[in-house]
Amino acid sequence: MTTSALPAPVGVFQAWRADAAATARKLLANPLTAVGVAVIALLVGVALFAPWIATHDPLRQQLDAALQPPSGAHWFGTDEFGRDVFSRLVHGTRITLFIVTLVTVVVGPLGMGIGVVSGYFGGRVDVLCMRVADVFLSFPSLVLALAFVAALGPGLDHAVLAIALTAWPPIARLARAEAMTLRNADFIVAAQLQGASHLRVLWRHLAPLCLPSVLVRLTMNMASVVLTAAGLGFLGLGAQPPLPEWGSMISEGRRYMLDSWWTVAAPGAAILAVSMAFNLLGDGLNDALDPRQSS
Amino acid sequence: MTVMLSVNDLRLAFGEGAESRTVLHGVGFDVARGQAFGLVGESGSGKTTVLRCLAGQYRHWQGDVRIAGDVYRGARSLAHARRAQMVFQDPYGSLHPRHTVRTALAEPLHVHGLDRVDERIDEVLQQVGLPLHFRFRYPHQISGGQRQRVAIARALILRPQLLLLDEPTSALDVSVQAEVLNLLADLRQKHGLTYLLVSHDLGVVAHLCDRLAVMQQGRIVETLSTDALCEGGAQHAYTQALVAAAEA
Amino acid sequence: MTASPLLQVQGLQVAYGPTPIVHGVSFTLGREKLAVVGESGSGKTTVGRALLKLLPRQARIGAERLQFDGMDLLQAGERDMAALRGRRLSMIMQDPKYSLNPVMSIGRQIAEAVQRAAKLSHAECNERVETLLARVHIRDPKRVAAQYPHEVSGGMGQRVMIAMMLAQRPQLLIADEPTSALDVSVRQEVLHLLDELVAEQGLALLFISHDLNLVRHFCDRVLVMYAGRVVETLAAADLPRAEHPYTRGLMAALPSLRQRRAVLPVLQRDAAWSAA
Repeated sequence: MTTSALPAPVGVFQAWRADAAATARKLLANPLTAVGVAVIALLVGVALFAPWIATHDPLRQQLDAALQPPSGAHWFGTDEFGRDVFSRLVHGTRITLFIVTLVTVVVGPLGMGIGVVSGYFGGRVDVLCMRVADVFLSFPSLVLALAFVAALGPGLDHAVLAIALTAWPPIARLARAEAMTLRNADFIVAAQLQGASHLRVLWRHLAPLCLPSVLVRLTMNMASVVLTAAGLGFLGLGAQPPLPEWGSMISEGRRYMLDSWWTVAAPGAAILAVSMAFNLLGDGLNDALDPRQSS
Repeated sequence: MTVMLSVNDLRLAFGEGAESRTVLHGVGFDVARGQAFGLVGESGSGKTTVLRCLAGQYRHWQGDVRIAGDVYRGARSLAHARRAQMVFQDPYGSLHPRHTVRTALAEPLHVHGLDRVDERIDEVLQQVGLPLHFRFRYPHQISGGQRQRVAIARALILRPQLLLLDEPTSALDVSVQAEVLNLLADLRQKHGLTYLLVSHDLGVVAHLCDRLAVMQQGRIVETLSTDALCEGGAQHAYTQALVAAAEA
Repeated sequence: MTASPLLQVQGLQVAYGPTPIVHGVSFTLGREKLAVVGESGSGKTTVGRALLKLLPRQARIGAERLQFDGMDLLQAGERDMAALRGRRLSMIMQDPKYSLNPVMSIGRQIAEAVQRAAKLSHAECNERVETLLARVHIRDPKRVAAQYPHEVSGGMGQRVMIAMMLAQRPQLLIADEPTSALDVSVRQEVLHLLDELVAEQGLALLFISHDLNLVRHFCDRVLVMYAGRVVETLAAADLPRAEHPYTRGLMAALPSLRQRRAVLPVLQRDAAWSAA
């Protein structure tokens, strides 16, 4: 066992930065992952600059130009109200990104918090948390969303809430499994022996180690969130018209699918690309962050 | 001579009722201040269990334990942390993989609200013979022997009086073991520390300790001084067998 | 004995990429116990696995000579090696917990090894399994055969490994730290067993270890490795009179009951040792 011949880091930030750079390099070394990262970067870029990228107003109807095939004027054609499909797609990225971000921001900390506490303390705390998780796990997300919407009315925020409520248990289970493996590790015992409170042990010692697998799971979850949101939109329960959400675009274009394939193909391809990209990123993250595979 | 650690009739069992398994059957020994005491035995003898009871990892033991005169009942507290610290066996598992050396050493200081963090870290790194620029290394960037030194530094940074050592060198190469043993002997002399060392290696115990107790299946079968051991003064058959195996 | 030794290794080199991790290793092995001793990173385990060609695909093995019983191991393809492994060249490793299949009973695992050697009927196979278990001094072979690996102690697990190895009557056994995970008292039993096998069956034993004291009493000859090279080859009995400073340093650094010192001599590493 020899010390590595790296130039010695001279500061806390430098040490952390060198470590993060090594992980990023590992991540991008895989061509598939790089593709996934590129697509997601594109998604974010398009969402940020949507008003400038879109060629037309996504909400402006032009009934005399309805159901036009893709052409120089309308790159992806027009839908049944004469709205430019490309522009709708571009503005739809904002909605997709909004849903994915909101769900992740809710589900991540919630699931991880419950999971880590459950795994660390064990006993009655564990039983209680996991039974609660089981209750939520037993609902298919779409069914729960229907129930929510029936109770609260349709809308994007309610759809997001519904998705989040069913997406946290797997994260909690994962964090719990990691916490259970690590809670008897020597370095945890050392921290406890130093007099650290349980909260401190959880926050500074245990949670950072559970984070990689949770992150991977969250990234892969994003793909299914996109699909679920599209599904809700398709059922008319998510974003309400005239918002250009991709799922509802497919739903509306369904009737004209056989003759005007572009109304369905464009949003469908976008959903496919984004889900795939998140899956590839998650896969790549898994390999990059897995400590067992580090050289 | 004041007694630093006094253990009396320490008993521990796991499981309930019919499945109850007694691991410690009334273990007792005393360690004077500034002395190094060894607990020797094979796997399953209970020697590491004794250490874990004193570290607060197991709480459901019975018996009477006094550290520096104060009664200890197994709770983990800030006061206990400042009196007793532990060095673990596996250098690869005792340091948090995502904390730099500096973070690992600063942690106990933050928990206890101590000031002059950088000063204390530098001081303790020098005591264990590590260069100061090691502060910003991660555990996977340093060798096993160096990790063990960091673990010792971490144990010393709170200036405890009692050091619990769980086979501190058994996972190290022979040449590295010699360095770490020398360091431990040196530190004890310099700072007047009291050691409770657990090991299966009689040679290591004989090198570091003044007195030792031999454990077998949860019981102490013999307590004697190291001098007596090396001069063939072991009386119990098991001790004699261990000596024979070590000298072979 | 004037017949050529069973295993002849000359100039063995193993490299992953540009730097070799084992370099210029040469030794011969006959019907004797040869120890390969070194600390972690010395390359001793790599040497053992190189002989069986069990290294990862990226490893490149080269040698001036690598002969086993007249057969050239260097040129041998994967098929030839597969025929050799287990049958004539066998290996046991450190921790039986990891080398035994946890979901198969011990009897069944040994039976697999037995069937590999010769096709026997079910009854004959069971009998052979029990014979093998008795051969490794396991007192209740029928009961142990029905048990699973996690139900037996480390020492017994190691003896089961030896029984599995014996099923195919190999000529050479590579033992990679076989007793490091065992208690001192159990260690002696396993070593005694290996001793018997070498004497009775003429087994050639390559014993890889980090424990100098152990090999001093157990093996006939010792090969000391440092940084991928052999720094000294000598008879085990000559270890107290070793010449190379590394060997002497290692011997001196061991804390001993008989020779108590206030300060243990620390090994001063010389760069010349890895360049030799």
